[in-house]
Amino acid sequence: MSDMDMDRRNFLKTSVGAAAVAIAPGMMLYSVAQAKGEGASSKVRWGMLIDTNQCKPGCNDCVTACNNENGLSGETKATDSQWIRKIDIKDISTGREISLPMMCQHCEHPPCVDVCPTNASMKRADGIVLVDKHRCIGCRYCMMACPYKARSFVHEPLTGQNPDVPRGKGTVESCTLCVHRIDVGGKPACSEACPNQAIVFGDLNDENSEIAQKVRSVASVQVRADLRLNPGVRYQGI
Amino acid sequence: MSSTPTLESLQFKNRLYWLLLAIGGLVAAAGMYAVHLMEHHGHIITGMNNQIVWGMPHVFAIFLIVAASGVLNVASIGSVFGKAIYKARAPLASLLSIAMLAGGLTVLMLDLGRPDRIIVAATNYNLTSVFAWNVLLYSGMVGLVVVYLWTMMERRMNPYNKAAGIGVFVWRFVLTTGTGLIFAFLTARQAYGSALLPPMFIVLSFAWGMAVFHLVQTSIYMWNEKVIDPAILQRKKHLLGVFVLGSLYMVATYHLTNAYFSQQQGFERFILLDGGIYPSLFWWGYVLLGNVLPLVLLYAPGIQRDRWAALAALLIILGGFALLYVFIIGGQAWPLNLFPGYEVSSTFADGQISAYSPSIYEFLLGLGGLSIAFLITTVSVRVLNFMPQDKPYIAD
Repeated sequence: MSDMDMDRRNFLKTSVGAAAVAIAPGMMLYSVAQAKGEGASSKVRWGMLIDTNQCKPGCNDCVTACNNENGLSGETKATDSQWIRKIDIKDISTGREISLPMMCQHCEHPPCVDVCPTNASMKRADGIVLVDKHRCIGCRYCMMACPYKARSFVHEPLTGQNPDVPRGKGTVESCTLCVHRIDVGGKPACSEACPNQAIVFGDLNDENSEIAQKVRSVASVQVRADLRLNPGVRYQGI
Repeated sequence: MSSTPTLESLQFKNRLYWLLLAIGGLVAAAGMYAVHLMEHHGHIITGMNNQIVWGMPHVFAIFLIVAASGVLNVASIGSVFGKAIYKARAPLASLLSIAMLAGGLTVLMLDLGRPDRIIVAATNYNLTSVFAWNVLLYSGMVGLVVVYLWTMMERRMNPYNKAAGIGVFVWRFVLTTGTGLIFAFLTARQAYGSALLPPMFIVLSFAWGMAVFHLVQTSIYMWNEKVIDPAILQRKKHLLGVFVLGSLYMVATYHLTNAYFSQQQGFERFILLDGGIYPSLFWWGYVLLGNVLPLVLLYAPGIQRDRWAALAALLIILGGFALLYVFIIGGQAWPLNLFPGYEVSSTFADGQISAYSPSIYEFLLGLGGLSIAFLITTVSVRVLNFMPQDKPYIAD
């Protein structure tokens, strides 16, 4: 065997070794980055039942909790994101006043998902409607389509984000039902923060859950039920 | 008007051509600068917000796209229905269509929150999204019109001209239907969500496209120191007038059907009577300046000069912008009706008329799109032969 052949063999060995060393950490990180555990199950339908009789006018605790949990500024200029807001309504004929929180209603047939050109707006198997921040091109068609005005567009550069809740300038966002909490067995921040427990969160499909039992026993409505979107958020006392 | 060009007149035109290119280039550059600022600072520097999510750029973009489809009417009447004077104008109409599509799509694309992700839009199609359909419809339209031009300008391809013409004819109907469907598919907004919108956009496209065509044609004839044959001008004017009347009819039908439904009466009152800028733009801008005055200029006896027809075309275009502003911005300004029968208030403008004042950057972006269409047209008309070549005897 000539010296030249030996050189070539050594060179190849070294190259393969170096390549393996270079790729291995990336491969390991890739496997770490894969989601743990099972995906969302279609047997579950996450939802909320909001008792407007228990919701106090002027109380903003759910909104504040949402802002803190998701790293929103809490400002209310026309260009600021508001994932949840308090709406005060007054019956024109009787004068009866009601206060209630409004957020993404996590529809079974979400118009935002229908209109999104890139599939960035999507509904998880367990009924949570989300925006894939890596796919959203910022066309805002979903904002035009949402009957609940639940979505906001990020108009400015962001700082101080919560690592569990990625957001991005130039993309659309909305209530995630605190999916990062749900996936580790928790419940949404607004539901936890309400001093009167006016927001009951749970699995609408589980007949033994508190929410399913309540939905069976009390009169509740879906906002804009005429649109037949079957929202996962129901209201009591309207 | 002299028909033999002198050396001085040619030199003057040459300088004028470069001056026009420079002006168009400057406006386009200003548009690019606005895009750069919007990219850097975010949409906060525009007048758009979480209530008025589509603004001035969409007015420009939708006008250009709708007119781009309508201008092809001239080509279709020539190729599909075999009218000689229109066939002579089909290449110019095709050029204008490509130019306006390019301008309109540039504006739409650069207004995105993440224009850098355009490749995502090109590779992920949600089949239930009319936006995704439109990505295919618009790019397909450009491709088809290029083929159509090829069959007209390359003699060996002439036999395929009729087939390409029919393809363009069908495609542009589908395309404008797609543009109308963007709004027709919005279930919850009172201004939209009507099956009347696609046909309304198609008829509007006829009027706006014809107006753009007429304006450009008049400019080209003036540049070449020619006068349009009065018989041809007469036919064009009549057709433009019919299209204007047709579009006015569609817009009237849309508002009248709305006004008949009691749930829509609040919205119609807002848009047509007490909504501030929107009724003003509708009645003064669209109806009076954009329809009534052009009809007078087109039909009044004694006004036969081609300049008046060109002025009518310009007014129709401006009226189109006014209508789209009322339709797009006014439609969003009216609040969503979440709780019928209730007075509503919140920190997120529920129950309120939303305010909007477009910023200079939105205008620059929109004008940038217009200037792209202008540059494509000006350069193409200069380097290729798009001057309509009428036969000495018009059979039809």
